[in-house]
Amino acid sequence: MTSFLRCGREALLAEVDDLDAALDLYAALRTAALPGVVDLVPAARTVLIRLDPAVTSPAEVEKATAGLHVTGQRRAGTSTVEIPVRYDGPDLAEVAERTGLSPDEVVALHTGSRWTVAFAGFVPGFGYLTGGDPRLDVPRRDSPRTRIPAGSVGLAGRFSGVYPSDSPGGWQLIGSTTARMWDLDRPEPALLVPGVEVIFKAVDR
Amino acid sequence: MTMTILRAGPLTVLKDEGRPGHAGQGVAPSGAVDRTAYARANALVGNPRGAAALECTLGGLRVRFDEPAVIVLTGTDAVLTVNGTRTAVEEVISVAAGTEVAVTMPRRGLRSYLAVRGGFTAPAVLGSRSTDQLAGVGPPRPAPGDTLPIGPAPSTSATASDVVTVADEDRPLEVDLGPRDDWFTAEAIETFLSAEFTVSPASNSVGLRLDGPVLARARTEELPSEGVVRGSVQVPPDGHPIVFQADHPVTGGYPVIAVLTPAAADRAAQARPGARLRFAVAPA
Repeated sequence: MTSFLRCGREALLAEVDDLDAALDLYAALRTAALPGVVDLVPAARTVLIRLDPAVTSPAEVEKATAGLHVTGQRRAGTSTVEIPVRYDGPDLAEVAERTGLSPDEVVALHTGSRWTVAFAGFVPGFGYLTGGDPRLDVPRRDSPRTRIPAGSVGLAGRFSGVYPSDSPGGWQLIGSTTARMWDLDRPEPALLVPGVEVIFKAVDR
Repeated sequence: MTMTILRAGPLTVLKDEGRPGHAGQGVAPSGAVDRTAYARANALVGNPRGAAALECTLGGLRVRFDEPAVIVLTGTDAVLTVNGTRTAVEEVISVAAGTEVAVTMPRRGLRSYLAVRGGFTAPAVLGSRSTDQLAGVGPPRPAPGDTLPIGPAPSTSATASDVVTVADEDRPLEVDLGPRDDWFTAEAIETFLSAEFTVSPASNSVGLRLDGPVLARARTEELPSEGVVRGSVQVPPDGHPIVFQADHPVTGGYPVIAVLTPAAADRAAQARPGARLRFAVAPA
């Protein structure tokens, strides 16, 4: 069920039941490329549709969106990104302690999960990854770090993520990668965009 | 053609119509905070839509034009001084090579737009020359000694602009309620639409932080983060609203009680710390 919420004169907020439905609607809207739609913001339970009021209106976009055929379209075109991770993060031991697992088991669950980029946010190139093993549920750190190096791989709640740039942050850091999450020299600078599947692979260096 | 920065003032950045289409990568649209004033500046010097201009907060900018140029300043009651001589508000000026131009401190309004015929042509990032100060995307902030390239004069001629109307500061900012007005009590909605709010000094191009009565929530659970737009009035747990401006984040984690109309968002862009604002529902 999609419900539509007003969001001013230049946007419309489509609300669905869950993350899967949001990703499916996002994929359908991307494929449809409705006239006057200028940007799409997928999130946990919603897709924000930004529009150019000189071309279309919230009412027209609502009608067109309601008429879209939305069923698991993203799965057909899903791509998979493999991210090599050196599991030597400063919080690996604490994550193991909090989850009642050994550090090796934490790594096995993290590499054994099929993660999906749910949505972007926080900083450019940061993708919130879902679909991890439920045992990897850890709270954020009580006190955020003032500087986390780019490439740090973290956990928070049921999410995993990779810091694209040096930034402050409160996620539990379990490893690091040399893969570049954000590179303005690429046509699409973000490596992780909504709908992409992610597999982490343990490496020694 | 180039222009050299002699003094940057408190905050001067390049802005244009922004970079929509990259939210999936975590990049918000950014763009000029006062789109109306920005567009008028381009129109007055005959630029096509979308040419980059300098957004100058609270004046203080001083530059030298290294070749002849046609320039204008819009957005506030600040004016350009040309080799030390004041010009009129929104006067289109032809300057000779080597001319020094400064932006005075506005007494009304906050953000002035300096446009040059041909536009500033610093390299675009993801299709836009806007500096998004929250995301750190876009051209760097100009610093003294920097030279900004200027594009060739367009074939279009300058269009006559509407008469400048200084914003009536007592008129409420018009909003459409939603998307999450149902998360607030009826009293909170009534307060939002009747009380006076004061712009906090902590405001910037990301958001206008407002002091005033607390807006109570009817639903207290956590809202999953969702996309926000320019003009969204988000209410964090402390009950004090934040009006998102051009450099807003892609998503927000608190309910949005209402969204300003585009024209109201432009007026809000000129509200200085200490200014008093009221909100009213916009006609459909």
